[in-house]
Amino acid sequence: MTDLATPLGTEVLELVAGDRVTLSGIVYTARDEAHLRMMREGIPFDPVGAAVYHCGPVIADGRVVAAGPTTSSRMNRLSGFLLDAGVRALIGKGGMDATVTGQLRGRGVYLAFTGGCAALAAARMRLEGVWFPDLGMAEAVWAIRLDRLPLVVGIDSHGANLFAGVQARAERAAKLP
Amino acid sequence: MDPRLSSRIADATARAYGRAVTTLPPDVETALERALVSETDPVARGELENILENVALARKGNLPICQDTGVPVIYVTLPPTVPLEDGLFDAIAAGVRRATTEVPLRPNVVDPLTRHNTGDNTGDGMPAVHIRPGPRLSVTVLPKGAGAENMSRIEMLLPSEVERIPDVVVRCVLEAGARPCPPVVLGIGIGGTFDVAAALAKEALLEPIDTMDPFETSLCDAVNRLGIGPMGLGGATTALAVKVRRAHCHTASLPVAVNIQCWANRHATEYVEVDG
Repeated sequence: MTDLATPLGTEVLELVAGDRVTLSGIVYTARDEAHLRMMREGIPFDPVGAAVYHCGPVIADGRVVAAGPTTSSRMNRLSGFLLDAGVRALIGKGGMDATVTGQLRGRGVYLAFTGGCAALAAARMRLEGVWFPDLGMAEAVWAIRLDRLPLVVGIDSHGANLFAGVQARAERAAKLP
Repeated sequence: MDPRLSSRIADATARAYGRAVTTLPPDVETALERALVSETDPVARGELENILENVALARKGNLPICQDTGVPVIYVTLPPTVPLEDGLFDAIAAGVRRATTEVPLRPNVVDPLTRHNTGDNTGDGMPAVHIRPGPRLSVTVLPKGAGAENMSRIEMLLPSEVERIPDVVVRCVLEAGARPCPPVVLGIGIGGTFDVAAALAKEALLEPIDTMDPFETSLCDAVNRLGIGPMGLGGATTALAVKVRRAHCHTASLPVAVNIQCWANRHATEYVEVDG
């Protein structure tokens, strides 16, 4: 198990799809609305070496109550500008498409966190700040400090996509008599 | 409705909602533990270990298992002494609003076109309430998250296509891939009408998943041969269980509904004292 910490650098280029890692340091949550806002108004945090987490958390009393991942494929068309700006890791569930796999080449990785594990996530998180609170709790950009969140490299920087491989094998299995 | 009874129904709804989103039913947790024993792939094992740690943390800390605390799907049994009236629906909605602030739940309910969020998990037709007669007044809350619900399907097969039912189920899970947070639980409704099949599929999710009949087992085995595995990262466990409910249908039709549920097959029941 490799231990990673933000800001991320070229060490992510060594990772291979299927590797299990932990991530510590700051991540920034962003769902559909936050991506659209950042495309219009700019990225409010330093994107170089940053990790963006596809998550709409439950926040109460300045504390992360629940913060599992949301479905990353909704951000398939919305992620290129982040990687262009220097973001090194996208975190979420369910994987992303060939476009994002291409955009990650030589630059960064997609890290899968176990869907539904909101309490496990919250136990390893501390809230640090927020941008775009007018978007509402689920869609705002929250800055969250992680303490060794367990993740799997779903897409590496060499074009390998674990989800796509599993899905292709499932397609073949479904055709068997 | 008697205001004291109304208040007790709201209490029971809020309690059931809170318990459903924080405490996974024991049969579901056992199924996840069994899946961990049968998985050999280290990535699949890691996902299941995360899930089981998450379930334990949520129960211990009284925290939501998942941040998608769903939309309220509510099943009520009504004894003969309690009339079916608007006040019953109002009391249940009041319980949902209270759970939203007290648990807390994520406000998920929006207008379907404007997407305006009501902020309290109620709205037109929400909560979805299903009522049937029963010996006691009970309130069962099945919070349904969107990731799995969005991948559910209904097909109107021809009467000559009974043999296609396993294919409909397997295709549905295949097309869903990683998105519904596998390992999933599948509720299957066969027969009835377009709407009845879907309702049966959802109600099937309330049944204990530690037993399956031979037909359910054969569907579950077919799904697991896909190898999608926990979170779509590959593995032996794509479905924890398949539960089937049936109804008689028109001689010219064969509705088949597949309601996908994520591994967090959350539901809880509370009883309400009617007298006193």
